[in-house]
Parts: sequence; C-alpha cells; structure tokens
Amino acid sequence: MSPLLDVRNLRISFPSRQGPVEVVRGVSFTLGRERLGIVGESGSGKSQTGRALLGLTPPSGRATADRLEFDGVDLRHATPKTWRSLRGARMSMVMQDPKFSLNPVMTIGKQLIEAVKLHGGKAEARDKSLAMLEAVQIRDPERVMAAYPHELSGGMGQRAMIAMMLVTEPDLLIADEPTSALDVTVQIEVLRILDNLVTQRGMGLIFISHDLHLVSTFCDRVLVMYAGQVVEEIDAADLQNARHPYTRGLLNCLPKIEGGVRPLPVLTRDAAWLKAGG
Amino acid sequence: MTIQSEGRASALPGWLFKLGKLTATVAFTLFGLLLVTFLIGRVVPVDPVLSVVGDRASPSTYEKVYLELGLDRPLYEQFYLYAKKAVTGDFGESLLTKKPIISDLARAFPATLELATVGIIIGTLLGIPAGVWAAVRQGRLIDQLVRIFGLVGYSAPIFWLGLMGLLLFYAKWELVAGPGRIDISYEYSFTSTTGLMLLDTAMQGQWAAFRNVVSHIALPACLLGYLSMAYIARMTRSFMLNELAQEYVVTARVKGVAEWRIIWVHALRNAAVPLVTVIALSYANLLEGSVLTETVFAWPGLGQYLTNSLQNADMNAVLGGTLLIGIVFVGLNIFSDLLYTLLDPRVRTRL
Amino acid sequence: MTSLDTLPAKPGLRQWLLSEQPSSRRQARFGQSYRAWLAFRSNRLGMIGLGIVVVLVLVAIFAGFIAPYDPLTGGDLRTARLLPPSWDHLMGTDDLARDIFSRIVYGSRVTLVVVALVAAIATPVGLLVGTSAGYFGGWVDTVLMRVTDIFLAFPRLILALAFVAALGPGIENAIIAIAITSWPPYARLARAETLTIRNAEHIDAIRLQGASSLRIIWGHVVPLCLPSVIIRVTLDMAGIILTAAGLGFLGLGAQPPQPEWGAMIAAGRRFLIDFWWVATMPGIAIFIVSLGFNFLGDGLRDVLDPKAQK
Repeated sequence: MSPLLDVRNLRISFPSRQGPVEVVRGVSFTLGRERLGIVGESGSGKSQTGRALLGLTPPSGRATADRLEFDGVDLRHATPKTWRSLRGARMSMVMQDPKFSLNPVMTIGKQLIEAVKLHGGKAEARDKSLAMLEAVQIRDPERVMAAYPHELSGGMGQRAMIAMMLVTEPDLLIADEPTSALDVTVQIEVLRILDNLVTQRGMGLIFISHDLHLVSTFCDRVLVMYAGQVVEEIDAADLQNARHPYTRGLLNCLPKIEGGVRPLPVLTRDAAWLKAGG
Repeated sequence: MTIQSEGRASALPGWLFKLGKLTATVAFTLFGLLLVTFLIGRVVPVDPVLSVVGDRASPSTYEKVYLELGLDRPLYEQFYLYAKKAVTGDFGESLLTKKPIISDLARAFPATLELATVGIIIGTLLGIPAGVWAAVRQGRLIDQLVRIFGLVGYSAPIFWLGLMGLLLFYAKWELVAGPGRIDISYEYSFTSTTGLMLLDTAMQGQWAAFRNVVSHIALPACLLGYLSMAYIARMTRSFMLNELAQEYVVTARVKGVAEWRIIWVHALRNAAVPLVTVIALSYANLLEGSVLTETVFAWPGLGQYLTNSLQNADMNAVLGGTLLIGIVFVGLNIFSDLLYTLLDPRVRTRL
Repeated sequence: MTSLDTLPAKPGLRQWLLSEQPSSRRQARFGQSYRAWLAFRSNRLGMIGLGIVVVLVLVAIFAGFIAPYDPLTGGDLRTARLLPPSWDHLMGTDDLARDIFSRIVYGSRVTLVVVALVAAIATPVGLLVGTSAGYFGGWVDTVLMRVTDIFLAFPRLILALAFVAALGPGIENAIIAIAITSWPPYARLARAETLTIRNAEHIDAIRLQGASSLRIIWGHVVPLCLPSVIIRVTLDMAGIILTAAGLGFLGLGAQPPQPEWGAMIAAGRRFLIDFWWVATMPGIAIFIVSLGFNFLGDGLRDVLDPKAQK
C-alpha cells in the first residue's frame, strides 16, 4: 500500500537580518492511515512542519522538499485551486486555542455549515453539522450551533473545532497541540473524542505536541524533533528503549511517582546533534 | 463544559448600568460644552449690548438692554440663565438675519447633513476597498499608492482643493455646476419637506431638479469624500493587517475557504467592528471640514452660517452653531458606541 | 536625530554606536538613536519629508536673500498687477502688484512661527495636565481628564473659530486658539505614560528622599513622557499648518498685508478664474510643506512604533 503522505527532505527557512534562518532542516517521514506523533520543544520546527503539509507556510517563509506527496498528489507545485480542493475535504488541522482559531463574529453553526458547503452537500449541511456536533459529544448541539465562540468554554470550543475539521471526513488530520490551551481535566476527554473519531474513520493523524508522554499514549509512532531535525523515529511502545540522548533526556525529565531522580535532571544539549542529519 | 450563561443572567442590571453611565457622561459633556461656549462668549471684546442696540442708542436704551441681558448679575447666575435658555433651544436672535438663531440653525443643518452624508458614503465606499486591497498586497506598489494618496489627502488644504476643483471642473471643463446647492430656476420646482434636496426632488419625481442638485453637490461631496477616504483607507488597512494575522484566518484556509471569501467575509467582518468608530469619527470630522468647504462652495449650511456670523461679530449665532456641532459630535460618538455593540457579539453578550 | 546626521561616519564610531555591549548609558542611548536613524534613513518618504522641512527652515532663515522683491510693497499698479508667471516673477504678481514668489518665501516665516509657537504653548500645557492627572490620580485625575474630554468633544477647527471670534482676528490670537485646541491629546498621552511609571521604584526612591510632588513631576516624570509627546506633536504639525491656513483663509488669522499663505489664497479667490496663479501658488506651498511634515511624521512613526513595523 502506498503511503498517504510522503515527505522527503522538507526544509523551511525564514528571512532575517542575518540572512535566511532554517527552522526545519531536512525532515523526512511517511504516513499511512496511522497515528504519528511529532514531539519537540517550542521552536523545534514541529508546528511549521505541520503547516507546510497544508501549504500554510507564512508568506515570508520558504518551504522546499525533494518530495511532498499526499495520496499521489505532488504538493510542491499545487495551484491554489488544488490546495482548496485538498484542504478541508481531504486534509485538515485542529489548532491550539479555540479562542483564536474560531472566528469570533460568526456563530459556530455558520462556521460549521460553511465547511460542509464548501465541499458539496449544500442541502443536508445543517443536519450533517448537527450530527457531527453530537459525534464530538456535545449534548445540546442546537444551542451550540447558535452560540458565538466566546460563549463556549475552552473544551467546548475545541470540540466544535474538531467537529468542523472532521465534518468533511478528511483522510488526514493534523492536530497541532490540540489540548495545550485547555484545562488539564478537559484535556484527556477531548483527546479521547479525537482519538475515537480518528480510529473509527480510519484516518491518518499527525499529533504535534511538546508532551512526550501524551503523544506516546495516543500514537503508534513518534518522531522526536530537535532544532528543525528529526533526531529519532521510534514506535510508541518502544519509547523506553530510545537511543538518542535528547529523547532520553526528555524521558528523564518526566517526574515519576516512585522516587526517581531528585531534583529532576536538566536537559543537556549537545552541539553535535545539530550536525547529525535526520 | 457548558455554555457560559452568566453574561445573559445578569443582562438587565448591566444594561441599566451602562445606560446610566452613558447618560451621566453625555450630561456632563453637554454641561461642559455649555460652559465653554458661555466662557468664550464672556471674553468677547465686543460689547454685547452695543451689538444689540447699535452705536447711536440713547443711554437709557443701553441701560435697559444691559439689564435685559442680565449683565448686571454675577457670572454664575448669568451662566444659569444661559444654560436654561440653551436647553430650551433659545440662543437669542441673530444680528444678521434678525431671526431666532435656532430656526436659522434648523434651516442650515440639513444642507450640511446632506453634504457630509454624501461625502461619507463616497469615502466609505472607496476607502474600505482601498484599505483592504492595500493590506492584502502589503508592501507592494498598490499599498504604496494608497498610502501616498492618503497622505496627499491629509496634506492638501481643503479650501484650496475646492478652489482648484471649481477652477478645473466648473470653469474650465464645465463638468459640474458651480457654487450653491441648486440653480435658482429649479429652486421652487419642488417643496422642501426634509430639507435634504436630493431626497425631496427624488421623492417628488422632479428629475430635472434632482440632476441639478447632483451636479451641484458632486464636487464638494467628492472633496469631503476624498478626505474621509484617506483616513478610512488607512485605518482599514491597519485593522485588516491585524485581522489577517489571526489564527481564525488559518482555520478558514484549512477549511478550504476561497481567499476572496477569507478577506471580504471572515477578516473584514471582524475589522468592521473597530471600523464603525472610525467611520463615525470621520463623519464628525466632515462637519468640521464643511466650515471651509461650504465657504468655498457658497453652500448654505452650518459652516457658512458660522463663518458669516463670525465675520459680522454675531457672537450668539457663533456660539449656537458651535454648540450644535458639539452636540452632533457627541451624538455621533454615542451612536458609534451603540453600533459597535451591535456588531461585536462579545460586547453584546456582556451587556 | 538630525544632529546625528552630521556625525562623521568613521568605522570606529559606527562600531561604537552599534556595539551589542554598550559600556555606558550614554553609549547605549546614542546607539539606540543611531539604529533608529539607520532605520529612518531607509524610509524613503520619511527622508523626503525631512528634506522638505529642512528646506522650509532654510528658506525661512534666508528669506531676505532668496526673495527677489519686497513682500509687502508692490510694483507699479498700472503695469505690474496680476502678471502671469514669468522669469521676472516666477509665480506671477497679485492684485497689488506684489511678487507672489517673494510673498510665499516670506510666508514660510509666518508658517514656522505658528507651528513653533503652537508647539511651545500646547506641549507644556498638555504635559502638565497629563502628568499631574496621572501622578496624583483620584479626583485631580477625574477633574482634569473630564475637562480634557470636553475640549475633545468639539471639532478642533470649530472650537478654534469660536476662540478667535471671541479674542478677535489676528495671528497671535489664531496661535492661541490653535494651541488651546491642540493640548488635549497630549494630555491624554502624557497621562497614560505617567500611569506606567508612577509606581516605578526610582520614583519611590525620590519620594522617600522628601522631594516635593512638583519637583518629582517636573524633574522626573516629565522628562520620561517628553519623547512620546514630542513625536505626537510632530505628527500633528501638518494639522496645525492646515488649521492656521484655514483660519487665515477665513480672514481670522494673519491680517493683511502679512504674507500668510491661507490669507493669500483668500485674496486670490476673487480672481480665480481669470488669474488662476494668485490662489494656486500659495496653496501649493501649503500642500508641499504639510506633505513634508506628514511624510516625516509617518516615517518617524514607522521607526518608533514597533507595532506598526510589522
């Protein structure tokens, strides 16, 4: 089976006063209908990688790759029209904070229905939207449809966002820190909903997070990124046997209930990691 | 995890509180307007009695008017009388027209209103697209052009632009009618009901007169429109740049929304909220611009009334006009506040 | 910033200015100004504006050398009235046979005086009101800010008109009227700045040393508010010029025979159609000068307002 997504040597650079700065430096991976986690600290390039897959690199930046294919479509030379037919319909993304990622002056219903209508299905758009809101376990979908984003709690907002991104039944979902802006109590609940939907529909999922532990519970495979490069790729189950010192460092930083090291070790960084190609 | 409803539960008291606060602010500002105009009236070097009775009045007439005007009483009492009269719309009689100032103002106001309204419509219809376009093409040629065009609008004295306009479009190319609101030959072809000639002529089907009015208003309205456009375009640009950098724009792109729809529906709808204030403010500024424009175009509005009164040292008329413009100014500010509330669901819930 | 323009661009000095580790506060401050200057220099419109303003100042200073004729007394009324532009009279002559170019050159002095005096009156008033309101807070703040709001409730030109009407026409009164209507925004700005520094520790320290409020405000708060207020005043200068010209046009500003640009336009209005240059030339002068101030202000804002830079 050919992979859903094939990325070879993805590089993203931004101009600065001292010349272009590469924030993603040669990332390669493939993805089937599975759940892939990308982990790294802030600034490691994980979010930019996710956005580049959707062609959403900011205009000042430049993304290049030897290969960037989604289900056989070459994304490197995609026209705006191709992008529009892919985005929403076949690949979509859930972002960090529903407070900012939902349009504040449109009702949830309007935003959901817009997503459905864009990819056919004008007639049953409303029913579909309501059904989707129920699928993300919103008990009173009619009321949420009429609500503005600021009237919803963070957890509700993020569920609405997930509903909006999945209502078109895409093949690939990129979740960029989907729960970091939420209360801890809500995080797991929202993640379970997301996880269930993705598994039920047999979609590909890219889960971007700084939380190694979280990623390992919800994903099949994990990419660890450091300074724009993939330093380790490992099955979630094998995480304990990770070899790269950075991954080990991340693992050791997690506090353990039974004793463990105290004080928690500080991440050490080695300049040599920067040279090791990904 | 449920819909937050505390905003709605406490809607009524919050609404009342805001209304009360608004009323207090308005009352205080109007009081201040009265006080300022009163004080200006007191420092005037022209003897108010002389301007009523003339130079050759006998000492007894002088004395009588002096007492009539209440000039023998202490200042605070004079202010009280002034405020009492002003509140009932009594600003005294104009020296120039020999009519009550309030009726003069009532006649002049529609002319200014009509001019400023057509001006703001032109400014908004051109300014918003120009600003949006400049924001979308930030840093490119069109952005620079809009910026320079705007700065030119800020820099040119409006009365001079008006004169140049008259010289070229009226005298040289004869594209528009000259000064005034309407040609004398049309002036009595319709009855004035609203005082807005465009509306009156159109409602009564007097199309020849309507065309004449349009031809008169075109030049001054375009001029005022240009001024407000410069400001509106600049603010639209900066609001749009802010909105286009928001995450919900990325969400819309992820959904596959077409770029034009992202710009004109998603982003502009958000930028519209602060833009309302900008448009109301530039509408108010057009009232100010009308003083000079009306002088140039012999437009029988508030501005011309004000300058005519000024040049004849008709202080009561000047103060009446100033007060009226001040009140309209305050009114527009409140109006834009209310509109803001209507447009922004976040504020609406808080009410 | 202009003073830095004259500094020799020796590599040593440049390095000293751009040093990442300034060794003294003075060096840090100079370095910051130099960086701002470098940013400003790359702003083409801003540089054009600066050039126009510099030329205006030079013309005003050397008006006596530049103007070929006397601005107040005209030539022969029978032969030299309302002459079109020519080599003898670059911008033609007016109805009193005066050379328009010479009058415009001398008019630059009037314009500069108006701008300078308005700034010199309105800035201290705004600073004083704003810093006092911000520093004392409480009812002082409420009263002062309400008064400021009332002044802001009038359109500027209208209020200036009313003041001139009360004080009587004339350039001095026009200046006073414009100044009276100009200070409220500066007061607001100064108050906002004061609020951010009022509780700073070094202000507390001075207070503990027993300094009087007046001394603290004048010696420590005002200097901190000054830069932003000065920028704001620069941004307003084009508006001041236009207001002054408007008052002059209405016959309420400079009185004849003073060569004030707005009044010159008003005088030329009567001959607009047959002798267009009389009203056109002074208008061009006003336009260019206020465009210069606008370009300058726009450039300054780009450099100094980090939010607008993006």
